[in-house]
Amino acid sequence: MRYIDMHAHMVSRTTDDYVQMALTGCEAVTEPAFWAGWDRSTADGFEDYFRQLTDFEPKRAAVYGIRHYAWICLNPKEGEDRALAREVLGRIPKYLESPTVLGIGEIGLNRVTRNEIATFRDHVEIALEHDQLIHIHTPHLEDKHKGTKAIIDALRSYSRIDPARVMIDHAEEHTLPMILDNGFWTGLTLYPQTKTSPERAVDMFERFGTDRIIVASACDWGPSLPDAVPHFALTMRRRGHDADLIDQVIYRNPVAFLSQSPKFQLGKPRGDAASAATLPSSESDAKRGAGAAAA
Amino acid sequence: MQPGVIASPKTGRELVDEYFIENRTRLLEIAAFLDRLDRTDDNLADRDFRVRAFRESLDILTSEPGQADRGKTRVERIQLLMSDPTTEPLEKLDTKSARGAYDRWQLGVAR
Repeated sequence: MRYIDMHAHMVSRTTDDYVQMALTGCEAVTEPAFWAGWDRSTADGFEDYFRQLTDFEPKRAAVYGIRHYAWICLNPKEGEDRALAREVLGRIPKYLESPTVLGIGEIGLNRVTRNEIATFRDHVEIALEHDQLIHIHTPHLEDKHKGTKAIIDALRSYSRIDPARVMIDHAEEHTLPMILDNGFWTGLTLYPQTKTSPERAVDMFERFGTDRIIVASACDWGPSLPDAVPHFALTMRRRGHDADLIDQVIYRNPVAFLSQSPKFQLGKPRGDAASAATLPSSESDAKRGAGAAAA
Repeated sequence: MQPGVIASPKTGRELVDEYFIENRTRLLEIAAFLDRLDRTDDNLADRDFRVRAFRESLDILTSEPGQADRGKTRVERIQLLMSDPTTEPLEKLDTKSARGAYDRWQLGVAR
């Protein structure tokens, strides 16, 4: 079995999780910038995080033969502070030049406020200006239906957006049709409690087909599984689906979407990222490394 | 019956054979949750929007959809019952996290 986890917050996971993912056939992860569970207080705080995503994390993944890619943004949960958002937005373009950054994400909405929508639109405009793929978070629980509709309405107001280059993530049964009907890609998040179980995800593939739908773990600092995608594959097998269909969903579909970025490549991680020797071996090494990178 | 785009490889009988026990377990967990609430406060559904939403969702499991919900699955009807039906953005952020259901009855949370 081979798979790609298109949504994994590896900064929150241990190295043992990379091992588990490698053992279960993971060839690549893509990591959207997200909320750390607390609000960052400065643009410098965001920039440190962006350096972790683009510098340290690809090296950590490469040790286990996994390619690591990132998406850069100020996430929706911190989008209400417009002054901070503007400052962070000004720092994003330079990170888009990183060889492992695939686009802008995960932008979107949280509680569907006017400021969140303004910050979302600012990100969309950066993506358009720099010809980037877009990865979008949809709100949780009771806010998902309203927020997904607001996101689609906002995207449709831009004539320059190609929906085939946009992934609207965290879809569920009540939002998936409106995303697909508007030509976007979508993601089913295999996340306990607040999103979709493997069983329901299989139901959605049976109901709607496999076109433009991807599954991912969205593993992070909350209750979540770094090997949720192989668990999903097992669920598909248990339901009687064959290996080719499973490969379509967990490998060929994400490859099709992600390959729209010329930076996305499979196979052995890049030489500089693959070198375990570049990983800091101690806290003091890590601090020196961070200083050097900032210089 | 709502046929899917990809046919289930298993028959209905096979799905029951495979999944009856684990879903029986889930059913009992829900029943036990409601019994647990009743032991502490048997009118929570009148005073807490989350419990009201939960109980109304249980009705959806066994009822036929009304005209407005024609063609929607049980899952979709429950998701929409729990969803914020408004369309205007909030003027400002009220709380950081969603609570799982929209308070369409203006009940608030039980004290």
